[in-house]
Amino acid sequence: MMEKKNIQTVIQATRLSKSFNKVQVLKELSVDFNEGDRIALIGQNGAGKTTLIRCILGQYVYDGQLRVLDKNPRSKRVDILKEVGFVPQIPPPLKITVKELLRFFSDLSNVPKEEYVDIAEKLGLEIKNSYNKPFVALSGGMKQKLLVSFALGKKPAILLMDEPSANLDPAAREIFFDYLSKYNKEALLVLSSHRMAEISGLVNRVVEMDFGRIVLDKVLEPLKN
Amino acid sequence: MATGFKSILVLDLNQSLRSKGFWIYSILFGGFVAFMFLSGITETQIIGFVGLGRLMVTFMQVCMVIIPIYVLITVVRSIVGDKESNVMEYMLSLPVSLSDFYWGKFIAKFIVTYIPLFVSLLGAVIWGTITSLDIPWDMFALYSFLLAAMVFCFLGIGMFISVYARSQEMAISTAFVLWLLLVAFIDLLLMGMLLKFRVNPSLVIGLGMLNPLQVFRVGVLVLFDPKLTVMGPAAYFVLDTVSRGVFIVFSVVYPTLLGFLFGWLGNRRFNRKDII
Repeated sequence: MMEKKNIQTVIQATRLSKSFNKVQVLKELSVDFNEGDRIALIGQNGAGKTTLIRCILGQYVYDGQLRVLDKNPRSKRVDILKEVGFVPQIPPPLKITVKELLRFFSDLSNVPKEEYVDIAEKLGLEIKNSYNKPFVALSGGMKQKLLVSFALGKKPAILLMDEPSANLDPAAREIFFDYLSKYNKEALLVLSSHRMAEISGLVNRVVEMDFGRIVLDKVLEPLKN
Repeated sequence: MATGFKSILVLDLNQSLRSKGFWIYSILFGGFVAFMFLSGITETQIIGFVGLGRLMVTFMQVCMVIIPIYVLITVVRSIVGDKESNVMEYMLSLPVSLSDFYWGKFIAKFIVTYIPLFVSLLGAVIWGTITSLDIPWDMFALYSFLLAAMVFCFLGIGMFISVYARSQEMAISTAFVLWLLLVAFIDLLLMGMLLKFRVNPSLVIGLGMLNPLQVFRVGVLVLFDPKLTVMGPAAYFVLDTVSRGVFIVFSVVYPTLLGFLFGWLGNRRFNRKDII
């Protein structure tokens, strides 16, 4: 008889609420994200996707309960974030050079910068030609490729990506999706996107949000390819 | 040193060194010292002071006018600006503690604001040595500490405002109003209080001494004008209450502590509320 593996809950939200100026953006949301889940987090603008991601990243105080890797994301932020790779929707306008940014990431994550360079080059970024350029001066696609490299390079247990492919050209998008499809199967992957069709081949679960609530949570059939 | 603190410190220093504002600021103060030498200010006299001492006093008077508002306007945009530009969302998705992020930025801003001022003063001393002027080492030491204390003080206040402000516009407006109030409380409002409400003069001078700008001004004066004659009757109250030596220590310690208090309060709020 085959031994059944225990699947661990990586993120557990219980009656999670978040308000801004008395407007409730997350409304007593309860959901579990598990090891090996590849989730498409979908919903219209204002549905609460980014707010949920920011709560997981420990950037907001909230009502209700939220556990990430069985820890409180606010009080154990640093411990949790060591295990998280994040790609934001809008790249930050950093004035420092690519070289300095690489050193910064390498120091913080204890990952040799060659690892990041390797992934960036696989995504089609000629990073060595851009070493002395300020990050802010790179094109949208180049910035995105670099941020994706930083997120993937440290091989995190949780990958949170907010519209990660929005600025990628079709070739880079294909390589990126291929990379994600082969990424550690035990990791939790949360892809926030407006375009379900684009990421449908990558995910095994769809969570749809609307007005701060989860309106659909569906496990998909295993992919044949 | 914590990795997060060091990484943010280095990152913020690198960001500042790339901004034109930093170089304009550095050249402005360095150029001002050079201009004073060229204009022959070291040969003029003020209350018996000539040479490099005269130059340093003028330099400090200019710093008193420019530095507080410069520090406030540049620093208040720091945290709230990072929030608005999505820098914060990304940087704080990395394993850096909130305190490391806050104090890393704080110390980086202190370094890039203070070092150009110190280098300008030091440059004056070096040029004075080359041109065989007498070097007033006591003034150089006190003014170096006073500048550090003033920068630290307004940096703390600026970071505090930056954490609380909801937008950069609001932060800048608050900083400007605060600066106007502090300037007004150096003389005008205090004299108004004395005349209009017949308030106890000790209380009015006590209030004046809570104003870091006033403390800095008196601290600058007290070394070359030991009896504070340029301050008029208020000097009697100040020097009757504390000795000159005690006031010199106070003029450095008080603004530093005030800056630290506001910095600490800002960090406390930053750790407890929404980051973005």
